[in-house]
Formats: sequence, structure tokens, C-alpha cells
Amino acid sequence: MTTRDRPLSPHLQIYRWQWTMLLSIVHRLTGVALAVGTLLLVWWLVAAAAGPQAFADVQAVMAHWLGRLVLLGFTWALFYHLSNGIRHLFWDAGRGFELATGYASAWAVVLASLALTGLAWLAGYGII
Amino acid sequence: MSYRSHLGRARGLGSAREGAGHWWAQRLTAVALVPLCLWFAVGLVGLIGADHVTVRAWIGMPVNAALLVVLLVATLHHAQLGLQVVIEDYVHHEGVKIAGIMAVKFAAILLGLAGVFAALKISFGG
Repeated sequence: MTTRDRPLSPHLQIYRWQWTMLLSIVHRLTGVALAVGTLLLVWWLVAAAAGPQAFADVQAVMAHWLGRLVLLGFTWALFYHLSNGIRHLFWDAGRGFELATGYASAWAVVLASLALTGLAWLAGYGII
Repeated sequence: MSYRSHLGRARGLGSAREGAGHWWAQRLTAVALVPLCLWFAVGLVGLIGADHVTVRAWIGMPVNAALLVVLLVATLHHAQLGLQVVIEDYVHHEGVKIAGIMAVKFAAILLGLAGVFAALKISFGG
């Protein structure tokens, strides 16, 4: 059984770079980050069930500036993956494949992820 | 008739015929997670700065506890399906690949059970 002479699909590097490609890989990266982030969610829940001291530990970590930075990144990753995930669901339904639509939905995803992140954090700080 | 070589058949290489089920489960959980994530985000923003008693009271409300259980199951199922694809795409050493996929699935089940148990324990007043 020889596999060596089979035709290969064109390698990633020969494609002309387009910024929508960045959205694609960021979808995967945010997905992996969010999967790791489920550790935080479960830690928070288990600590809340375990008792006041365990819960205070979680709150102390989250309140630290480094913890807040991670949570900020987590918030954006969630809203990005959510927005771009909806874009993917439209593609799965066979819609939105036109070039112009693809670029428009890409912009919509970037703006929606930033707007939702801003909204959540401004509301969190009681600013809005 | 099958066009596959005898050696290929004997080695069991090729499609495991699970692709469609995997694909569908990924989409099903994705659709469920759209409203669930928005609900949870709104709930969490409302809990910022809240003390332990308030957080427990929120988690323990029947609707919240039930939605948290669904959120955990859908999230971890979606996550392990996605991580499996990532590992299959980038890890080409067969042993490392299988070990990685197993680790992801074990971790998902463990985290899911821990989270669900915690939510139910709070809800049942433990």
C-alpha cells in the first residue's frame, strides 16, 4: 500500500493571506482556551459548595489584577467563540458563503465580541 | 463490494463511521450553548462582588441549578468533542494521540461530575 505518490492538497503557505483566516484559527484558539477555562468554572462551583474559606480563596484569586486579566481574556474568548460559532452555524445551514457576506460577518463577529465584552465589564463595574 | 485492500481492511484503517454523529453532537451542543452562555454571563455579572451566601442562594435556586447542570454538560461535551478534533489534527504519533484523547475525555467527565455534584449539593441545601 503506497501513500507516497498520492496528490496532496495545497499547503497552507501557498494561499494568499487574508485576515478572515485569522478569525478561523482564533476560533480554534479561543475554543481551546475556553476548554481550559472550564477548570475555573468548576473550581468556582466546587468552592461555593465546599464552604466559606474555599470560596474566599477563589474570590481572592479572581479579584487580583492577574485574575481579573485572565477573566477579561476569558470573557472576550467566550463572546468571540459564541459570535463566530453562530457564524459557523449559518455556514452549516448553507448560508453566508458569498465573499462580501463572509467579510461582513467577520467584521460583525469582531465588533460583537468587543461590544459584548465591554458591556459585560462596564455592567460588572457598575458603570452602566 | 469494497475497494479497500485486504491489508487495509485487516489493519482497520479508514473511517470509523462516527464522523456524522460527532459533527451533529458538536452543532447540537453549540446551539444549546448560545442561550445558556448568555444567561450565565448575565447571571455572573449580577453576582460580581456578592458574598458566599448570596452566590450559594443564586446557584441553589431550582431554575439556576438546573440550567447550570445543562450548561456544564453541554459545555464539557462540546469542549471534549472540539479538543478531540484539535488533537487529531496536530498529533500524529498514534500512541500520544490516543492518550491525549483519553485524557481529554476523562478530564471532561471528571470536571462535569464535580461541577454537577457541587451545583446539586448547594441546591439540595448541603
